[in-house]
Amino acid sequence: MKKPGEFIREEVRNTPPSGIRKYFDMLSGLSDVISLGVGEPDFVTPWQIRESAIYSLEKGRTHYTSNTGLLELRQAVCNMLRKKYNLDYNPLNQIIITVGASEAIDIAIRSIAGPGDEVIIPEPCFVAYKGCVNFAGATAVPLQLKEENRFKLTVEQLKECVTKKTKALILAYPNNPTGAIMTKEELRPIADYLSTKDIVVISDEIYADLTYGTKHFSFAELENMHDKVIYVNGFSKSYSMTGWRLGYVCAHKDIVAEMLKIHQYAIMCAPSFVQYAAIDALEQCEADVERMRKQYDARRRYIYNGLIEIGIDCFLPEGAFYVFPNIKKTGLTSERFCDRLLMEHKVLAVPGTAFSSAGEGYFRATYASSLENIKEALKRMERFVNTL
Amino acid sequence: MDILELLKQDARLTPKELAVMTGKSVEEVEKVIKQYERDKVIAGYSAVINWEKARDNIVVAFIEIKVTPERDYGFEEIAKRIYSYEQVKTCYLMSGAFDIAAVVEGSDLKEVALFVAQKLSAIQGVTATSTHFVLKKYKENDLIFEEEEKDRREAIVL
Repeated sequence: MKKPGEFIREEVRNTPPSGIRKYFDMLSGLSDVISLGVGEPDFVTPWQIRESAIYSLEKGRTHYTSNTGLLELRQAVCNMLRKKYNLDYNPLNQIIITVGASEAIDIAIRSIAGPGDEVIIPEPCFVAYKGCVNFAGATAVPLQLKEENRFKLTVEQLKECVTKKTKALILAYPNNPTGAIMTKEELRPIADYLSTKDIVVISDEIYADLTYGTKHFSFAELENMHDKVIYVNGFSKSYSMTGWRLGYVCAHKDIVAEMLKIHQYAIMCAPSFVQYAAIDALEQCEADVERMRKQYDARRRYIYNGLIEIGIDCFLPEGAFYVFPNIKKTGLTSERFCDRLLMEHKVLAVPGTAFSSAGEGYFRATYASSLENIKEALKRMERFVNTL
Repeated sequence: MDILELLKQDARLTPKELAVMTGKSVEEVEKVIKQYERDKVIAGYSAVINWEKARDNIVVAFIEIKVTPERDYGFEEIAKRIYSYEQVKTCYLMSGAFDIAAVVEGSDLKEVALFVAQKLSAIQGVTATSTHFVLKKYKENDLIFEEEEKDRREAIVL
């Protein structure tokens, strides 16, 4: 007879849990820890958005919405995408409102790739991509991004990974965990190459609003790839709405129609009162987005400069809200560095290896934390580095 | 954020910190701040204190004042006579039902009431006053006085 765990599919069993789970246990015995470990804004959702959710509950808007989401919200998202990123999607048949960008990524991957198919994942990257590919029964093909390329994808590297089985490429800029961005000029050769191939690009642009310097350019804007891009975004990072779980996915109508089936059967629809609040977020909270972005920018400069001053090599991030310092010269592995930083100096950062083996020699620290916390964390890191 | 926004948030930031956060040089920051101070763009630096917590004998009142503007000077001279009192902590020219708003502080109700009656009301041109005592300050200068909500985020999420 099988033991209960043996009923689980091999693809699920063979996928390791998130590499940082052990820190939950390590944290339990410690007090006064400064965590730069979370991938979410420290700001509470702007009051206007919270108030709007309360109002929609008060009004009894508690029913299912259409599977694709409230039309008013889809229209608001499409208007914003047109205005900000020059993207043209029809709210009637080219967008699905999802439960977080996470669901959008999952249904995109499951729609495109299955057993025997390959999905190219540039690494280091957000932890969920590989898991989703595994669960779909497809094969994740890692592509190691390099610091000397400022963690940008190059067409040469991409060509090396493409095979006849390649179904999709996951592109995630601005990037978690590296903070890298890609400009129009840098994306163009990727698009030119892929336009000659039968490969879909799943473009996770959840940090689109958080760039510092150059305005974000969407891969979906490149004409020759527009119909082959599955565009993913959401409310979590821009509007500080992580716990609300609201995202969206846009693509060619024939792709959306198919993805919708998975969403329909698995999820039904995103929570209705959250969708109502999101309309207000889009239509009235642009100033809040900018206010938070400016705060991140000041902290980004502060933490980057602080790291350099204490002798930790770091690449200047241009997007998202992470620094990804290089600790190779300390001679410690990422994990050992982060373990000791936590146990000896009570600062929690995430080892680069949590974001794939390509992250060895790096750690990720978020600057979505108060300046006070960042200052104290830098002091503690300095003490730590001086002992090495 | 620019220098003013950063200083508004925390006036203790050093020129070096400001330089780092704005991408300017320390010299440049110092020069800009000097200019702001000269131009009174930066009028001063002070801590936002919740006096209710620090002392128990403090009373704050919001005074609405109606005045008759003076020929040649308008409201300026009357306003000056009002805000020159040390007890007047804040003073604004207003639109609407009254003309000047003043925030007055004292150690008890009687002191504030007498100050309004004997000093402010007696100023030439002041035709009426209305005193509203502040019972509790919730927020001042962008800062919420209640205990700050603590960071409720999980220490690590993935």
